[in-house]
Amino acid sequence: MAGPGAGEPAMEDKRSFSDICGGRLALHRRYYSPSCLEFCLSCPRISLRSLTAVTCTVWLAAYGLFTLCENSMILSAAIFITLLGLLGYLHFVKIDHETLLIIDSLGIQMTSSYASGKESTTFIEMGKVKDVIINEAIYMQKVIYYLCILLKDPVEPHGISQVVPIFQSAKPRLDCLIEVYRSCQEILAHQKAASMSP
Amino acid sequence: MVLKAFFPTCCASADSGLLVGRWVPEQSSAVVLAVVHFPFIPVQVKELLAQVQQASQVGVAVLGTWCHRRQEPEESLGHFLEGLGTLFSHEPWLQLCRERGSKSWNCKATRRQGPAPLAPACEDQVMLIFYDQRKVLLSRLHPPAALPERQAGDATASAGGLAAVFDTVARSEVLFQSDRFDEGPVRLTHWQSEGVEASILVELAKRAAGPVCLLLACLLSLVSAASACRVFRPWPLSFIWSKLSTCEQLRHRLDQLTLVVSTHRAEGPAQLMRKANTLVSVLLDMALGLLLLSWLHRKDRFAHLAEALVPVADRVAEELQHLLQWLMGAPAGLKMNRALDQVLGRFFLYHIHLWISYIHLMSPFIEHILWHLGLSACLGLTVALSILSDIISLLTFHIYCFYVYGARWVCRHPPPAPRGAGACSPGPWAQTGSRAGRVWGGPHPDGSGLQALLPEDPRPVLAVAPVPREEVERPAPARGLLLLRPGPAVHRDLALHHPDFPASYHGPVLPGVHPAPAPSGHRAGPGPSARGPHQLAAAVLAWPPAVPALQACGRREVPGPGARGWPAPAPPDADKPSALQPRGAHLPPPQLWLPPQALLGFPVPQAVLRGAHLPLEAERGQAGLRAWPPARLAPPSARCQGGTHLLLPLVVGASAGPTRRISTRLRSWGW
Repeated sequence: MAGPGAGEPAMEDKRSFSDICGGRLALHRRYYSPSCLEFCLSCPRISLRSLTAVTCTVWLAAYGLFTLCENSMILSAAIFITLLGLLGYLHFVKIDHETLLIIDSLGIQMTSSYASGKESTTFIEMGKVKDVIINEAIYMQKVIYYLCILLKDPVEPHGISQVVPIFQSAKPRLDCLIEVYRSCQEILAHQKAASMSP
Repeated sequence: MVLKAFFPTCCASADSGLLVGRWVPEQSSAVVLAVVHFPFIPVQVKELLAQVQQASQVGVAVLGTWCHRRQEPEESLGHFLEGLGTLFSHEPWLQLCRERGSKSWNCKATRRQGPAPLAPACEDQVMLIFYDQRKVLLSRLHPPAALPERQAGDATASAGGLAAVFDTVARSEVLFQSDRFDEGPVRLTHWQSEGVEASILVELAKRAAGPVCLLLACLLSLVSAASACRVFRPWPLSFIWSKLSTCEQLRHRLDQLTLVVSTHRAEGPAQLMRKANTLVSVLLDMALGLLLLSWLHRKDRFAHLAEALVPVADRVAEELQHLLQWLMGAPAGLKMNRALDQVLGRFFLYHIHLWISYIHLMSPFIEHILWHLGLSACLGLTVALSILSDIISLLTFHIYCFYVYGARWVCRHPPPAPRGAGACSPGPWAQTGSRAGRVWGGPHPDGSGLQALLPEDPRPVLAVAPVPREEVERPAPARGLLLLRPGPAVHRDLALHHPDFPASYHGPVLPGVHPAPAPSGHRAGPGPSARGPHQLAAAVLAWPPAVPALQACGRREVPGPGARGWPAPAPPDADKPSALQPRGAHLPPPQLWLPPQALLGFPVPQAVLRGAHLPLEAERGQAGLRAWPPARLAPPSARCQGGTHLLLPLVVGASAGPTRRISTRLRSWGW
């Protein structure tokens, strides 16, 4: 829903971080105004090596089945499965960029850009945002940190209705999360100050 | 202060003009609804805005200017646009400009710092927010009445901002009703400016929907009135309607169609969506039904289905009959209660015969019935499937009959509670042979279970409890007089219904049958060692055909245990006959003995004439008096003549006493 800011060019900086598995992440921060900030986290692209490995595995398995069954349809099916699987993976699974746009008087917008070009956007009104925090979670055999937005409960003023995690696909480490957290807290403080003032 | 400008995405490529919308001062937001293009007459623009404001109750006004420089920049246009601010004064005045071929926009909002026309203007920071006008209008998000009340002030302001934006767009529908094809004084660009979003078909459908819905509603009301008619209410019909799934589906379909063609407008979006969902589901169902119908009509599939039904039914019946024949024999080597097997087997065979007859009777009509029922697929695939379900139910009605019989049996005769080691698990029917000789006459303790099978028998029937490992009945505490071992139905019938059969007791009338037990429930009758001969001789002498013969020979009582030569009855606390209360004339207990060897092989009447019924000593005397020719030993062949029986030798083993041959009979109908 929100679009680019008007007029002045945004200040931009780029830094490198790593995710929980050790992959390289790039954090682009665009500073439009004291009340508008955008973070773009770029995930590593799909590597040719992993693509080749998966393709070879599937085709070798298909060839093994072919030698057992003596049916050439298995090879054709393996090719189709590989192509369709790749397309499906690029369209539904592989996320290239995750963007967080925070505007103090409007809300927070999260955009996920898939490798196929598809974009998925979620917008949360600022009135529903209670706070932005860093939380811990047990993920498989690890304890990881993740940034999340706490939503207010319409019934209970001090309660929390929902926890919305951010950067679920990229899963950056704590240092990256702290950068984003500090900027978000500045804007939230600015927004609270503006709302408190008459 | 940051000014938020909500701009519709459909106007991003529009020509230069004026921005028309609503200013929300609480949220410092400008909601742009449309762009008014050149050339225009300012008075006409103001008139249009007044009309919209009056119709929609939304304070629309000219918010600023929109400049889309497609060609080289024209300085005159810029001046012209700036001059428009004096015509349509608005604070703040929004100026949006988009360069040719550029993604960046210029946004400026000027506000005069004083009331004077020449007061200096200050610029506010503008945040441009794009929104999809079509989606916002169609989704009708955030109606103000549905907003929850918030306690925090800042939350109220922020939440109200977006809700106010959406509400502004939703209520300004009047502004979007004119498009560029209209010959109006003002040319607008909005989400419907390329043509009001509707096709000719949709418009025609809207026009025709009224009378069509009215007509369909009348027809459906007639159908509903007919279905509610009293003719269909009497008990058999109402029961049938309630059980048939076709009727249920038709009723459901009638409700759905009534909802869809209702002439009442939907009151809210929820009801509208419900109507729309119902219509889509009905159309989809009908489409699938028509597909099915077209498939069935292709290649004459109805005829194939009808032709396939009878052979399949015959095959099923044949297999069932084989199965029943197998069960009536010795399935898997198990020894079953033959009498019960026969009863049940014939019962089920009879019903299978009825079922097959019914299907053969219907076979000429099945194709026509299927063809006509297939037309119901026009009402939907669900109706066709429900009809199929009902057809299957009717074809397999026999299963339901069996279920009803069994359920009635169980409900009328609940199985007794288990009693110690001698009791077996309760069951609705007799459990025979396979459990090492357990017999179970009927589940009801007072023996009335068997009367359900033989309702014409007025005499009470004792139930029997199972006794492990011995084929001896241990009947329940006596209430009646008849002690019955489940045997062949015919045999039992004879035992029950023979007019010469003394009704006062029926103690040892059949092999293995003993008088009713003592109140303690102990097993009655002779001990195991003497059971065999007693049973056989008792069978010989007390067989119904033999009774008249005996009576003709002068014997008035049927021999029983306790006679001379037999072992004394067991002590009172074991195997003592119960307080058998003979009715009518008091008769001594039956006395059993073995017939002499010389009489073996003779038919019973002849054997009786030759003194088979007499005690051994008397018989010896008789034999000595008997003149030549001596009785010839008939070969053990089947010399049955109309129900007479043969005496056959059966060696049971040596004993201290005189060797006696146990004789048995070859019964014409066999055990």
